[in-house]
Amino acid sequence: MISSLLVANRGEIARRVFRTCRRAGIGTVAVFSDPDAQAPHVAEADRAVWLPGAAPAVTYLNGEAIVAAALAAGADAVHPGYGFLAEDHGFARQVLAAGLTWVGPPPSAMEAMALKINARKIASSAGVPVLPELDPAAVTTFPVLIKASAGGGGRGMRAVRGADELAGALESARREAQSAFGDGTVFCEPLLTGARHVEVQVLADQAGSVWALTERDCSVQRRYQKLIEESPSPAVGPALRGRLRAAAASLASAVGYQGAGTVEFLIAAADEFYFLEFNTRLQVEHPVTECVHGIDLVAVQLDIAQGLPLPACPPAAYGHAIEARLYAEDPADGFRPSAHLVHAFAVPDVDARFGLPPGHSAFPAPAETSQKPSSRTTASGQPAPPGQVSRSSQPGLAGQHSPFLRLDSGVERGTMVSPHYDAMLAKLISWAPSRDAAARRLAAGLASARICGPVTNRDLLVSVLRDQVFLVGGADTSLLDGYDLTSVGPDERACELSALAAAVAIAAANRRSAQAAATIPGGWRNVVSQPQLRSFDSQRGRIDVRYHWTPAGITVAGLRVAGITTGGQSTPATDPAQASPAQASPAQADSKPSPAQADSKPSPAQADSKPSPAQASPAQASPAQASPARADSKPRVIAFTPSQVTIEIAGVRFRFDVIRAGDLAWVDSAFGSVRLSEVERLPAPSQAADAGSLLAPMPGSVIRIEAAPGDRLMAGQLVLVLEAMKMEHQIAAPATGVLAELRVVRGSQVNAGDLLAVVAADESDVIAEEL
Amino acid sequence: MAGQPFRLPGSSGFRRPTRDHNRGRRDQGGRARPTGRVTAADGGSGGEHIVPHVTVLASSLDTGGQQYASRRAAMLAKLDELAAEHAKALAGGGPKYVERHRARGKLTVRERVELLIDPDSPFLELSPLAGYGTGFPVGGSGVNGIGVIRDTICMISASDPTVRGGSTNPWSLRKSIRSMQIAMENRLPLINLVESGGADLPTQKEIFIPGGQIFRDLTAMSAAGIPTIALVFGNSTAGGAYVPGMSDYVVMIDGRSKVFLAGPPLVKMATGEESDDESLGGASMHARQSGLADFLAEDEHDALRIGRSIVARLNWRNLGAGRALRSALSTGAGLSASGGTGLAPGSAPAGPLYDADELLGIVPEDLKVPFDPREVIARIVDGSDFDEFKPLYGASLVTGWAALHGYPIGILANARGVLFSSESQKAAQFIQLANQIGVPLLFLQNTTGYMVGASYEQAGIIKHGAMMINAVSNSRVPHLTVVLGASYGAGNYGMCGRAYDPRFLFSWPSAKSAVMGPAQLAGVLSIVGRQAAAARGEPYDEAADAAMRAMVEEQIEAESQAFFLSGRLYDDGVIDPRDTRSVLGMCLSAIDSAPGGWAGGPGGSGGPAQGSGSRTALPGASRYGIFRM
Repeated sequence: MISSLLVANRGEIARRVFRTCRRAGIGTVAVFSDPDAQAPHVAEADRAVWLPGAAPAVTYLNGEAIVAAALAAGADAVHPGYGFLAEDHGFARQVLAAGLTWVGPPPSAMEAMALKINARKIASSAGVPVLPELDPAAVTTFPVLIKASAGGGGRGMRAVRGADELAGALESARREAQSAFGDGTVFCEPLLTGARHVEVQVLADQAGSVWALTERDCSVQRRYQKLIEESPSPAVGPALRGRLRAAAASLASAVGYQGAGTVEFLIAAADEFYFLEFNTRLQVEHPVTECVHGIDLVAVQLDIAQGLPLPACPPAAYGHAIEARLYAEDPADGFRPSAHLVHAFAVPDVDARFGLPPGHSAFPAPAETSQKPSSRTTASGQPAPPGQVSRSSQPGLAGQHSPFLRLDSGVERGTMVSPHYDAMLAKLISWAPSRDAAARRLAAGLASARICGPVTNRDLLVSVLRDQVFLVGGADTSLLDGYDLTSVGPDERACELSALAAAVAIAAANRRSAQAAATIPGGWRNVVSQPQLRSFDSQRGRIDVRYHWTPAGITVAGLRVAGITTGGQSTPATDPAQASPAQASPAQADSKPSPAQADSKPSPAQADSKPSPAQASPAQASPAQASPARADSKPRVIAFTPSQVTIEIAGVRFRFDVIRAGDLAWVDSAFGSVRLSEVERLPAPSQAADAGSLLAPMPGSVIRIEAAPGDRLMAGQLVLVLEAMKMEHQIAAPATGVLAELRVVRGSQVNAGDLLAVVAADESDVIAEEL
Repeated sequence: MAGQPFRLPGSSGFRRPTRDHNRGRRDQGGRARPTGRVTAADGGSGGEHIVPHVTVLASSLDTGGQQYASRRAAMLAKLDELAAEHAKALAGGGPKYVERHRARGKLTVRERVELLIDPDSPFLELSPLAGYGTGFPVGGSGVNGIGVIRDTICMISASDPTVRGGSTNPWSLRKSIRSMQIAMENRLPLINLVESGGADLPTQKEIFIPGGQIFRDLTAMSAAGIPTIALVFGNSTAGGAYVPGMSDYVVMIDGRSKVFLAGPPLVKMATGEESDDESLGGASMHARQSGLADFLAEDEHDALRIGRSIVARLNWRNLGAGRALRSALSTGAGLSASGGTGLAPGSAPAGPLYDADELLGIVPEDLKVPFDPREVIARIVDGSDFDEFKPLYGASLVTGWAALHGYPIGILANARGVLFSSESQKAAQFIQLANQIGVPLLFLQNTTGYMVGASYEQAGIIKHGAMMINAVSNSRVPHLTVVLGASYGAGNYGMCGRAYDPRFLFSWPSAKSAVMGPAQLAGVLSIVGRQAAAARGEPYDEAADAAMRAMVEEQIEAESQAFFLSGRLYDDGVIDPRDTRSVLGMCLSAIDSAPGGWAGGPGGSGGPAQGSGSRTALPGASRYGIFRM
């Protein structure tokens, strides 16, 4: 029996495992690195052991230290989570050698599947179809995909479209694989475009019983990193489902698998699938299976590790679950990771954290089956026991059928997202009887979430979940290739209104914090010369907000993005008529601009904005966008505090929630979430970097330098490579010139904004161009 | 206040509208008015019925009536005139020169000021009408005002280079000197935004000799421990060069600031030396060689940023006594009815119970008609709470205690224009009381002067008027004066007119100040002329007399106007009545920077606080001239 369990991991998966432990009465032990000292997973554990350092190699990849930690903290079992040491058979052996229970498959099975090259051979001999493996040195047909043999999570993976890219991609993939997995071996396979990524969760007990559960579809990816996963797959019918599950079960049996694992397949065309790899661990996306089957996979892992047998057949699948991975990264900026303090993190109306939908019973509850043949059949083909009632035939209980939202989060308000580790903040999982309902619930949950701090991929996730292609089940792994990632997210109007809200929230905060003349009305003037001006940088450009303080509050004098005036009213500060109801009338606002706005042109913002993929979908129209607020009407500030602003547009009032930190502001409203950066009124001159300065885009370490001072560089030529958040980031020359300064050496640790190098314009070049 | 004796309803000609449960109010049939709140009444003794000592004013202003409407219309017309004059000051040197200025990449003077002060903070501009009626541009070619920089109340004085190159004329000189007087008296750090071509040479005779005071005052302020900061945006030549020269901190802008005693042409004339602007007085030279510049700014924004950071490092603290620790009223109602003030509940003193907008309908079109100053007080003091002193005695002058933006004040307000012996003695006593407890005084002027006539002379009106003037003159607490209506004769002196150096003096737009009313003055001249003609035995030319009277009346009328007097710096500005509370609040905030305000609390301990670094309030006056008895 396990009495205390150490999770050799961090973030949401550590919390996920702890949650099951707590419910099972098992003590919890966390390990943590320097940057994670204040992390939620540490705070939640009964005991915690410090792993000095920050780099994964000396912390979460340091098996020796982790085993020592387990022994020191009195743990008798180790759960590896996913990533880090989860698929390291050497670590599993260390754990077992220390007399601890290993919550995972036997090291031999791990070893057999650890190297993808080896796994493919075993799969092939077990009758599972595999793609041909290509010799990296002799590839002639493109495109191909380079994969790290020891890899996962997209790391060490490179798509190569031509022979000229091959050598560089191989080197880079090897380096990344070496850094991430300690093994630089890579291989190539043909790159299937338009394929779907489908995987089968397997569970096997020590007696050799194997469950293969309903498949997961992980086709929505970017850079080979899964973004949205769901179960069941909209592209898999009963027949294919049966074949996939049988293939997965036979492979698990062939390697004597025990515990939880996942067999990944690529579906190239109808009914045609290829084995990709066998992940000998719990997957990030395991919650969708949990929600569909009503089964706690971590609990099953613990039971198997303690020698308990699996019941004869798994609980039936019912309904549809979708998971979205929320990353601290900026899709509009090449998915650049965003290490930042989390100032707010809240998803309204979440039904459970790490938990299962009501109406599902946690394992090992009496198994129920649905009437669907595919899920009544276990991998071994046994029929479900007779007489059991499917949940789907019990429509009377609302709780079973109302959509359900689950949050698996590694961060909370106050968590620092470190550049040292994976940028995933949280997973949001919805379950509903139908796929459409699940997608709608998840999109709404993401859209209404308050996430302030790091830039996230939230808007992209919402766009995908509201994308018609996704909604009809047509998404393959190339879905995001067609996305204009810069058009995702708030439009100009949303940015403007959010900037207005931020401006007046700041005004309110300024008055609250004022020490001198603090009780005099804000912005009061006996001689009014000009409005207050506050400017912000937004995703849609610079926004100038001009406003007047009046005895009744604040009136808008101007509001524009990039030179486009979109309304506003300017009223003398002392005119008691400024709050006349006429100004709130949509008809008047639309048809008869008052003299005050005679010079303000109607906004072309709406007409101009190109429909993003998201906007093409009628399903995604938010309340704000469906309202008359879309009209070119003047916003009126009704009430404002430092954290909340009410703005009326054409007679409709909207609430804007504002959170600020330093010069950043995050504004959430019915118009979406907008991140704003307040423009310094009086910037210090040194803040303006010289042209040609290369600044670190994020904290990280310099892993390679490709140019020396004095080198002549072409525009776009690589200068150095920065590693941050497990990804390589290339820093290239912004223009043709000479490398005038190099401020870093290999191994330098840099902070965001640090000057790395300066490329001076080559004067001879300039002259040549002029001639 | 509980336990104070009940006072009888006023027997004066003016009502105490709140008294006696509002019964007997002369409601003129207007809409229902809010009735005053009642302060602590039961004195802690359970069943004993004590008639409350009500200090919250009730208003009987009939805002639905014709009289209110016509007074309001007249005041709004005056405010339009005021806005038109302010617009002249705001326009600076006009579009052509403003455009040229901008084309040089420069900020206008008001943009500079707005960027210098804290965002969303209030700003009280002083003497915006300087120069009105003098032939020189309205505004005195600059902006003076009290503003908040890095949470420090400061005096800002900025020249407007679009107005004749920012050159100093006699009125801008007076405006500058006045700004320095305010900074000195109230202990406000002074920030000069310098860009001036020097003296207006045609009027140099009015400027050169008195202008020396600027430099003397600058160094005297420094000696008094009041920091002076010069941000030099452009030319600061000849005499102007001593502004940075005399300032404690000097910021110059690279490539922009030019500070020299003589420019290249004059140097060539004087010594034959060939030179250029940059070597004679460039910012870089002054920062690196002469040491006249302490900071070299990259551009105007940088200079303003440096200026703000200098203020932040002044380690400035107010030496006044601050707000009342105890209030007669429980506060927490927030600021009046405004829904979104951005202020935390409870952090602000209670605003007046009545709408400031109604201040527009109080002052009669004809200043000969008296009005009840309590209607004004009810709309400017915290919670409309006014604890009247000696209400039954000398009823033509209202005296009492109140708080404004939390600062305790004593108020003297003319109620029926004329000051009699009893009003004079009441004023003298009240001023002494304010000095005893160190509370600033607010004078609300609407006076035709001291009563004349045989019986009054025989009763000693001069003696009693002298008592009042004696008390005002020797009072040591800060004085604030607002001319609401008339300010005639020695009433102007007794009620702390300009010559009595109130810390601040403002006028409402229709106010008038003169030795006497225009008609009276013309009439006096007529009588004197008639007597002279009779003495010579000549016939009196009635036609010429009428013409003379009309002309004199017109001239005196024009020269009594608030705008005209404001143009000559006889006040600190003509204000919108609705702004009165904010204007006075800014003044009290400024006054609190210096020692000398309130010394304890209502009935408090008094006397200066002990210990270094703590707020040190000076006691009020303990010595006066001999009161003639």
